[in-house]
Amino acid sequence: MDREPDNDASSLLQELVAYLRDRRTELREEWARRISEAELLGVMSEEEIFSEATEVYDNYVDALETGSIETLRTYARELSERIIPRGVETHEVLGIVLLLRDVLARSLFARYQEDPELLNRILDAYEPAANRIAVTVGVSFVEERERVINEQQESLRELSTPVLQLRERLLILPIIGVLDSARARQLTEQLLGAIQDKRARVVVIDITGVATIDRTVANHLVQTVEASRLMGASTILTGLSSEIAQTLVDLGVDLGMMRTVGDLQGGLEEAERLAGYRDAEDQTPGDAES
Amino acid sequence: MAGDVRVAINADADLVEARAEGRAMAERLGFPRPDPTLIATAISEVARNIVVHVGQGEILLRPVEEADRYGLVVIARDEGAGIRDLEAALRDDVSGRGGLGLGLSGARRLMDEFDIESTADSGTIVTMKKWRMRDELARLRAERRARG
Amino acid sequence: MSVAILRQGDYLIASIRSDLSDTQVLELREELSELVGEVRARGIVIDVAALDVIDSFVARSLRSIVMTARLRGAETVIVGIQPDVAIAMVQFRLNLGQLRVALDLDEALALLDRLTRRDVGDGR
Repeated sequence: MDREPDNDASSLLQELVAYLRDRRTELREEWARRISEAELLGVMSEEEIFSEATEVYDNYVDALETGSIETLRTYARELSERIIPRGVETHEVLGIVLLLRDVLARSLFARYQEDPELLNRILDAYEPAANRIAVTVGVSFVEERERVINEQQESLRELSTPVLQLRERLLILPIIGVLDSARARQLTEQLLGAIQDKRARVVVIDITGVATIDRTVANHLVQTVEASRLMGASTILTGLSSEIAQTLVDLGVDLGMMRTVGDLQGGLEEAERLAGYRDAEDQTPGDAES
Repeated sequence: MAGDVRVAINADADLVEARAEGRAMAERLGFPRPDPTLIATAISEVARNIVVHVGQGEILLRPVEEADRYGLVVIARDEGAGIRDLEAALRDDVSGRGGLGLGLSGARRLMDEFDIESTADSGTIVTMKKWRMRDELARLRAERRARG
Repeated sequence: MSVAILRQGDYLIASIRSDLSDTQVLELREELSELVGEVRARGIVIDVAALDVIDSFVARSLRSIVMTARLRGAETVIVGIQPDVAIAMVQFRLNLGQLRVALDLDEALALLDRLTRRDVGDGR
């Protein structure tokens, strides 16, 4: 008998989908029971598990029916968005999806075991679809986790480069820790924004807490100082380690052009002079390059 | 290609449009500040070259979406007589004006990739690209790969 | 109107309102050059806050305005360079010597006051 494998698979899928919908209540309960047994989703209450389980079950069966993973992917992402902040972990999500796959597979087995040949065809239709679903849900969860981690890193970075207003017209940016390109870029944006917002005339960038920087970041630092200049603010760099000073020299930075002061205290005093808070011996008018 | 934006460059007023389109596309793609400005500035330079040296040409803006990163490609094209001394054009001259006043060296510094082909027969094509890693993890993966 | 030029005492204040074409930049240069002579201005403030791109041409033109004005006895201060534009200019390595800058109009006027007072001290 000539059979179109696709047609056959698809009509079989329709049949088993109808069956799974029919047995929805009991299969869903079976699944929830096995989730508890496996001690998964400990962070969620029974009611929560039940309500999410219902949604997952329905979406699962829908995906089997339509073959469309787009809808499933969207649902999986939304689900992940809900449960990640609750502390649900990747192995739990994979665990419960695989459990559902097994619960349904066993149920199909029980139903069609009288007819081994039909059972084979049913499983042939079911397995690839079920596996694709498991992968989709798993991947969506992981992608959502990555997105959350990124966001948190972004926030961390923002928190760790605060620009402080010491006095009117005087800002200080203390940098501590590792200074990489990404952080340096963010630092520049924040500093220049603060210069604009606070109408700063002088900025003290203190890098006492930074041990070493590579050429790229050193370059960035210099560009930040120059950009601040273009916005009408003078910059004083304080707390340079000898290593960083060397890097700057190697870069060909004319340290005479850039105001550097060894320690923070000295830098602050210089800054106050520049900003007009102390006796100004030499008020240099705002040259774009000094 | 879908998503391409073309700006005809015939007069200096077209530079305003080219800059605006470049900025708009960069922002749409999600480039964080200051990239849209960097891109618009680079576009301004190459578009001006077309007006000043040839009089007529085109700027093509193309968005690129890849798994790990997204990018914006700028193709500035004209059918003029070509740049005779490319090396000089890309060099910064002593006054820092950017070799022959073309601003190409500056544009190159603002973008991640920069390529220029110029012959007397087929004119000049400048291709510039700017990329952004989609996220922190993609960036770390790329760095790891680069380190081998 | 893309550029508004006001007079405040001895100073001219040019406010750029939107992105300018090259022709408009040159027109601005012409106009300022004329006005400086006409009103014997001692200082010029050019507000570029509305420019979201300052490329080599604009930079050259600004330099040109500064030099022309100086020949006619006026100092020029550029104000309002936006953060992203500042970064672009620096990365571009636009030659910026000779340009005086200030954060905003108040700062610019204060700076001009200091500068022109110094001139008075020259004994002219």
